Amino acid sequence: MTMSSTIVKSFDVDFIRQQFPILNRQVKGKQLVYFDNAATTQKPQSVIDALVNYYKGYNANIHRGIHSLAEEATAAFEKTRDLVQQFIGAPSREEIIFTRGTTEGINLVAYTWGRQNIKAGDEIVISTMEHHSNIVPWQVLCEEKNAVLKIIPINNQGELLLDEYEKLLTPKTKLVSVVQVSNALGTINPVKQIISAAHKSGAVVLIDGAQSTVHLDIDVQEMDCDFFVFSAHKLYGPTGVGVLYGKKELLEVMPVFQGGGEMIKEVTFEKTTYNDLPYKYEAGTPNIADVIAFGAALLFISQTGKQNIRKHEEDLLQYATDLLVEMPGLRIIGTAKEKIGIVSFVIDKIHPQDLGILLDNRGIAVRTGHHCTQPLMNRFGIPGTTRASFAVYNTREEIDELVAGLERAIKMLS
Amino acid sequence: MNDSKTIPEIEQEIIEEFSLFDTWDEKYEYIIDLGKKLPPLEEEHKIDENKVRGCQSTVWLVADYVDGKVFFKAESDAVIVKGLISMLIRVLSGQTPKQIIEAKLNFIQEIGMTTHLAQTRSNGLLSMVKQMKNFALAYKIKDSSISHDHGYRNTEAKNN
Repeated sequence: MTMSSTIVKSFDVDFIRQQFPILNRQVKGKQLVYFDNAATTQKPQSVIDALVNYYKGYNANIHRGIHSLAEEATAAFEKTRDLVQQFIGAPSREEIIFTRGTTEGINLVAYTWGRQNIKAGDEIVISTMEHHSNIVPWQVLCEEKNAVLKIIPINNQGELLLDEYEKLLTPKTKLVSVVQVSNALGTINPVKQIISAAHKSGAVVLIDGAQSTVHLDIDVQEMDCDFFVFSAHKLYGPTGVGVLYGKKELLEVMPVFQGGGEMIKEVTFEKTTYNDLPYKYEAGTPNIADVIAFGAALLFISQTGKQNIRKHEEDLLQYATDLLVEMPGLRIIGTAKEKIGIVSFVIDKIHPQDLGILLDNRGIAVRTGHHCTQPLMNRFGIPGTTRASFAVYNTREEIDELVAGLERAIKMLS
Repeated sequence: MNDSKTIPEIEQEIIEEFSLFDTWDEKYEYIIDLGKKLPPLEEEHKIDENKVRGCQSTVWLVADYVDGKVFFKAESDAVIVKGLISMLIRVLSGQTPKQIIEAKLNFIQEIGMTTHLAQTRSNGLLSMVKQMKNFALAYKIKDSSISHDHGYRNTEAKNN
């Protein structure tokens, strides 16, 4: 089954919910309401089945075995690579590298491309709304190479100031690494514009797609990014799998990341020659089971239809925003014009942690704190927010539950 | 404070108080109430040096050592945490370093707070307990060094 041949049904949230067994469970005696999807999404039965079926039916190490199990496992593993290639519109499957997740993808680029190309005095541009995972690897690199980290500022709505960004670009700018969708605010950044400006000044661009890939249509060729990274577990897939897409001409000349099995062509004690792409960057036995199950997650998304998902989540975002802005003392942090289904908010005189505990008491899972974006929280002058993030299986009724839970919590706390 | 009661006795009191509550909401209403009633910490103590690490909320904790007993004062920017602090102070403040170090604090589990607060949050609670025990340990070491050195060593406690 290929993605293009799947028939997209009309959207039925009850049918979707039936596919996620965890949604039936109770928390603290209440029906679970799961609004922590930006941290990780729940998994449909098809993903769970794919994982179990691999271990039950054809568990084997891949690529070098000549027995049937190894062939079946290899085929299933490589099938996911093809699905990912289609999913993000990559020109070739060789440009799809499996990692442990977004963070490892960014570190891979920092340790290989970064160490080869960043010299003293060079500049790396990131933004105020980056996740710590897209800050720290570049700080480490800048410290090591005596390079300079520059930060794109944002406005009070949580949108990047593109004029300021363009002023940051100089002939010394070697890399721009920017998040496509903010995990803390939900802002959708105009990455095409960011990339084209960077390319004009000769910089390479990495796009952090951790939050965007599950919500937006991704076409890395149209975007023209040089690197694109994301994690499977935020796309209804398993934890421990991520993807690094890189343009072939870059991946081919970059030094290797980790040495070991799979990434080699020939080893003697004098000299090792490295395997071709993508295996050059996949040292050691990969996370076979989870990569295979990730394929099932991609099929789930394409069968549900990304347009359907987007429309449903936009409806939830609008519904939640309309209700929340009416609550006294509540202020939404992140009010960009272009947003995905994330509502981050603070309430006067109430600590997010207290809200989180009391919502959990009613079976409602939200995230509280700084969301691994401390510089962004500092920009807004707050220690953290309470964040509700929506997925395909959430409903308006659940948002009503959230609002009722907040009203009750505010009453208890004030 | 608590002159006549031992740590296990106060723990038992708290466990009995909580046994009156039927729902989690009632337990939390009580903890929130305790939090609201916790006396505020003087501003001069709200400095980085007095912060307890590992909490999602900010917690400041200071200790004083008077006549062989440790007295704690603390505050947080989150109300539920303040309620938990209030209970810890009730149990541990005014006890000897030895009693504090040896305290099992089973009441936290008995009233359902370790299992109920997720790991990430109870880390904050555990950090607080650890910090209180560290204070007690520091005072105990100072006491024993005084007896060995015939009282010549500086006994000023850092966080007084």
